[in-house]
Amino acid sequence: MTRAINLRIGAGLVLVLTVAALLSLVWTPYDYTVLSVTQKFRPPSADHWLGTDQLGRDVVSLLMAASVNSLAVAFISVGIGGSIGTALGLTASAFGGWVETVIMRVADLGFAFPALLFAIMLAAAFGPSLTNAILAIAFINVPIFTRVARGAANQIWTRDYVLAGRAAGASQFSLTIDHVLPNISATLIVQATIEFAVAILAEAALSYLGLGAQPPMPSWGRMLNEAQTLMYLAPQLAIYPGLCIIAAVLGFGLLGDGLRDISDPRLARARA
Amino acid sequence: MSVLLDIRGVTRRYPRPRKQLFHHEEALVAVDNVTVQITQGRTLGIVGESGSGKSTLARMVMAFEAPDEGEVLFEGKNIHALGKRELQALRPEFQMIFQDPFGSLDPRRSVGWSVAQPLRAAGMKPDQALILKTLEQVGLRAADIDRFPHEFSGGQRQRIAIARAIVTRPKLLVADEAVSALDVSVRAQILNLLMDLQDEMGLGILFISHDLAVVSSLCDDLLVLRNGVVVEQGLAGDILNNPGHEYTHTLLTAAQLELQGEHAA
Ligand SMILES: Nc1ncnc2c1ncn2[C@@H]1O[C@H](COP(=O)(O)OP(=O)(O)OP(=O)(O)O)[C@@H](O)[C@H]1O
Ligand SMILES: [Mg+2]
Repeated sequence: MTRAINLRIGAGLVLVLTVAALLSLVWTPYDYTVLSVTQKFRPPSADHWLGTDQLGRDVVSLLMAASVNSLAVAFISVGIGGSIGTALGLTASAFGGWVETVIMRVADLGFAFPALLFAIMLAAAFGPSLTNAILAIAFINVPIFTRVARGAANQIWTRDYVLAGRAAGASQFSLTIDHVLPNISATLIVQATIEFAVAILAEAALSYLGLGAQPPMPSWGRMLNEAQTLMYLAPQLAIYPGLCIIAAVLGFGLLGDGLRDISDPRLARARA
Repeated sequence: MSVLLDIRGVTRRYPRPRKQLFHHEEALVAVDNVTVQITQGRTLGIVGESGSGKSTLARMVMAFEAPDEGEVLFEGKNIHALGKRELQALRPEFQMIFQDPFGSLDPRRSVGWSVAQPLRAAGMKPDQALILKTLEQVGLRAADIDRFPHEFSGGQRQRIAIARAIVTRPKLLVADEAVSALDVSVRAQILNLLMDLQDEMGLGILFISHDLAVVSSLCDDLLVLRNGVVVEQGLAGDILNNPGHEYTHTLLTAAQLELQGEHAA
């Protein structure tokens, strides 16, 4: 019962966030690029629902625009890292033997390598940029998906329908594409949802440290960083993006957990 | 009739996990020097208690794994010595039906997809008419082609699996406990279907079962296995009427008891 509620809260938060992000592409209450000296530090009002910031920009508009950045970074980085990791995991599982051993050892190495360190290295080498942040977040997703895909795939390889496919004369490659990948897709989607939450947090952290989104691109992490110096003057400017980050991370986290519970028949049976 | 499958002195060993550091455990001999043949149009039954090596033998016949000694000849060709492509080209000729009809069909693939798989894998065009004809042969309807495995009962699923196995018009069918998971009434239907198909297509069948009652109704020849070793082999009728070994006798008694139990129930 509580699981169903978690799933609904998660789905609700993700839905609101997605709608806000999509809406901001065509409409925000104000143009967040317009600065106004006369309008700065406004309290919440009918005109500005959450007030304005130190440069007189509408906070709601900024938060909405920044959500696009968060979602896009999460989508691209988890997409890239997840695809590479899944391909590696499927390869390891299909070949077995030394190929599997090598891939999994390399994945273990990747696990031991913190994303932040990788982002700092990239920033040091190529300068801080959103692209480098995306690469760093994609990088941490590779070993995660390698492990998850390989573990789930190894289970599928033992099924009789795979053996039947082999008896039919299908190659390892077509068995992987026809049977293994479709049957682990639910597991991958669940993992991707959870990694979305991690990626949003990572993007916020990197942007906060100046290693992610660069001005003038709006980003929750950077808004947090800029609000830091104004903590006594206008604490709400730090609280709003903070709440957005929490809501997004919580939303994807709860959604992923909820999806995992439905997709795992063992848990479903235990619940019944 | 010509010899379809020639199993010559086949042995398969599995390493046992080592329990002590300096003590080398002897390998488990799952199949021990088995020699037997299947002729076109005939059914060879393989019986034996659990762990006697029946499935291991089937896996070697299907070239899922290779024997440590001996060879398996299909129409004179050693299937374990063939190259990848040659084996792939030969696979349409020998097909398999599995025990669990709920595990042998991919839940995400439609009936039509699964039945067409051996055709696609062999590089043939999955001919709709052939698939429909095959479905009809196993007693399924044309409309079933777009349905998914979960919509069928165990017996119907086994029919789908049989359709997949015969769609390439193979010469040999390997059935490993193909009816063990089915209800008694459904079991008879599937056995009848196999016999009809055999008459129709001249199939050689390798029929594996731990149940002598099932075997007696279907098989021409019989091989009794125990711990990988052949205990008896010969014509099924001879062995069943006059078991020459205590072990076969025990299997027979167990089968009769089970049969009585099923009639009583
Ligand atoms: N891959 C394997 N690795 C190690 N041992 C194995 C393997 N496959 C089978 N064995 C062993 O080989 C022996 C024969 O197994 P097999 O599955 O062929 O028996 P079976 O006659 O099919 O039994 P059942 O009636 O239970 O299906 C058993 O002792 C089994 O534990
Ligand atoms: Mg078996």
